[in-house]
Amino acid sequence: MLLSRRYLPLIGAGLATAGSASIKQASAQRGWEPQRPVQFIVPAGTGGGADQMARIIQGIITKHSLMRQPMMVVNKAGGAGAEGFLEARSARANPHLLIISLSNLFTTPMSTGIPFSWRDLTPVKMMALDEFVLWVNAASPWQNLAQFVEAAKAGRIRLGGTGSRQEDQIITVAMQRAMGTEFIYVPFRGGGEVATQLVGNHIQATVNNPIEAVTHWRAGTLRPLCVFDSRRLPGEGRVTETMGWQDIPTCKEAGLDVEYLMLRGIFAAPGITAPQTAFYIDLLNRVTQTPEWRELMATGAFNTTTMTGAPFVEWLTREEARHRSLMQEAGFMAASGG
Amino acid sequence: MEEINLLMQGFSVALQPENIILMVAGIVLGVLIGVLPGLGGANGIAILLPLTFALPPVSAIILLSCIYWGALFGGAITSILFNIPGEPWSVATTFDGYPMAQQGRAGEALVAAFTSSFVGALIAVVMITFLAPLVAQFALQFGPPEFFAVMFLSFACFIGLSKGSPFKALAAMMFGFLLAGVGLDGVTGQLRMTFGSMELMRGIDFLVVVIGLFGLSEIFQSIEEGLRFKGQSAKITMRTMLKTWSELPRHWWLFIRSSVIGCWMGVTPAGATPASFMSYGMARRMAADKDSFGKGRVEGVIAPETAAHAAGTAALLPMLSLGVPGSPTAAVLLGGLIMWGLQPGPMLFVEQKDFVWGLIASMYIGNIVGLIIVLAAVPWFAMILRVPFSIIAAIILMVCAIGAYTVNSAEFDVVLMLIFGVIGYVMKKLDYPLAPLVLALVLGDRTEESFRQALLISEGSMAVFFSNWLVGSIMVAGLTLMFYPAISRLMQGFRPKAA
Repeated sequence: MLLSRRYLPLIGAGLATAGSASIKQASAQRGWEPQRPVQFIVPAGTGGGADQMARIIQGIITKHSLMRQPMMVVNKAGGAGAEGFLEARSARANPHLLIISLSNLFTTPMSTGIPFSWRDLTPVKMMALDEFVLWVNAASPWQNLAQFVEAAKAGRIRLGGTGSRQEDQIITVAMQRAMGTEFIYVPFRGGGEVATQLVGNHIQATVNNPIEAVTHWRAGTLRPLCVFDSRRLPGEGRVTETMGWQDIPTCKEAGLDVEYLMLRGIFAAPGITAPQTAFYIDLLNRVTQTPEWRELMATGAFNTTTMTGAPFVEWLTREEARHRSLMQEAGFMAASGG
Repeated sequence: MEEINLLMQGFSVALQPENIILMVAGIVLGVLIGVLPGLGGANGIAILLPLTFALPPVSAIILLSCIYWGALFGGAITSILFNIPGEPWSVATTFDGYPMAQQGRAGEALVAAFTSSFVGALIAVVMITFLAPLVAQFALQFGPPEFFAVMFLSFACFIGLSKGSPFKALAAMMFGFLLAGVGLDGVTGQLRMTFGSMELMRGIDFLVVVIGLFGLSEIFQSIEEGLRFKGQSAKITMRTMLKTWSELPRHWWLFIRSSVIGCWMGVTPAGATPASFMSYGMARRMAADKDSFGKGRVEGVIAPETAAHAAGTAALLPMLSLGVPGSPTAAVLLGGLIMWGLQPGPMLFVEQKDFVWGLIASMYIGNIVGLIIVLAAVPWFAMILRVPFSIIAAIILMVCAIGAYTVNSAEFDVVLMLIFGVIGYVMKKLDYPLAPLVLALVLGDRTEESFRQALLISEGSMAVFFSNWLVGSIMVAGLTLMFYPAISRLMQGFRPKAA
């Protein structure tokens, strides 16, 4: 049974479907491929951005038969994701394990003092970067960033975000530093909840990802002020009747020098071999070439920068240092170290 | 009316043969998922989500939402038969459902539970059909203070309900709060009460505790009583079903009240679990002979099941119209929408009419299909009770262990379940009520969070809990319910009979 399955693509190459032909081709090129089902750890709860992306990757791999072994997504959200990272770290040299990361790769060890870092894992590929946009309620008087900054200086603005001592609060702190004001930061459980709280006027501003707020923008209840990136968001055409993604100014050009992008990257267990890493890089490259992936990138207005190998490691080193300085400045570091 | 037209179009989508097949498959799968404690609807749907990539979005959501209905139905089965809630929202069903099974009325309890689930869902779907935009607007009114007020009301409904010492109830509740505090604190991002243990980092999961407290302790007790299975082999015939049905219309007011509570909790979105507790608490409050609750009253099954299913159904409305999940399962479905290239939120109702109304129509049909399937299976479920206890106990133990493991795929949770089995046994022996503990554990987290969010917003002023008519009236209702037993007891104290 095992034998026949393994050799089927080789024997029946002429008869094989397009899917198994591509597997055959792939396995000829690669030195290694998974022998067991691959566990894909999500260091966050079900339904969040990282979870969605992991399940989309799993779905794409299944639909296009990109891998012969199945992939299983497992959520390990305990301790702000520490549970998942620690499990990946302890699976030394296990090539059948992947983990998707978000900014908690940097922030969790710093804020909780749980000892781990991205250096304990094998970086595979940066899939994309998630953008952040400053949103206010469409009924608010703030039409642009300058008016918002003025209001923030006049009185404390209530700004909602996902989680505590994580990306949203870090951006808030960076804004406080750049503007010389203070916000009241209110943590919520997820981006959807934050957006609704802003629509309901319980908070006054958020730094949600585009995908978390776009529907309310289109419904005319939210207004974007600026995007925390060095360049404007990609995407042609209009999103609302009058504006498109590219019409949102960057915060820098609007006069607020704050930049923040969130990593959506894939890591493997420490100590896996080079051919094993190469297999996963190749697999994920194929994922990013599918129409489903491109559609996700477009609807979520993601920054589609991808990286592997040395540039990725360099990026991680730089971002870790930046997070450390922001976290230290905000007093978010755990007492015991990190 | 426009809604009727759109709904009819929806039916034409939902009634396509392949969608009907998916519906039946989904319900059956969902019932199985609901029966297995631990493997909740959220997990089940998350596992199947990538497989739906190849289906058109409407068919995909019909399959997944039917799993959800199935899980809502199925959660009641083990609660009634073995005192083991398959899902968090069926905890309140055990309070009266299990005593009914012990008295040989398992069939009646199951039929009542399934029928109530169906009625709750039906009322909620009708609400979604005709009031969706209005209800979405209402949901927007709920910020942290309002959310806390709702949680407070749930607790207030339950205070003074236990028969024994109020101090024991208080102690049990505080223990629940303590357990809810373990793990990551969402407001400060700090770990609490983990004592450096990696296993405690993920917090103490409600389901693991409940499986131990209710299921295991029950088995321990049965073993002590000489391996006798209390559930008398219940004969379930068409007669039982008809007899139960003929009695249900008497409780029409209970159905309506429970559905309203359920719809409200589903939309706000607090979820099915607080809805079931609040509805049970209210049913007992309103009853003439309060003490007969917990001893096998059919009302004690109807109230939580109606509310849970209404809430579970209504929870899909904020998901579709606002992009906020009303329950963990809805959160996973939300991810599914994005995966299929749909954008949940206010524009979905405008731009994806086929999808939205196909889904709503499938809620009607799915629940009817679900009711038929589970009712047809009642005799089989009840047959399990005829298996000798020494055999079934071992199987239940194994299923419990698997269930505890599946919640977080963590071996430590199995140990935790055993510990709570012993704690539950000791608490029963010492007459400490379990319900307040469970209530505090399941709601404690969200209650604390919304309380602190509200105070952050108000910069520390408690006046925020009375700052507008909505939050103010919920708080007043909660305070009244909370102090009513104390006041009425005090009043009785002045009468001579209190000797």
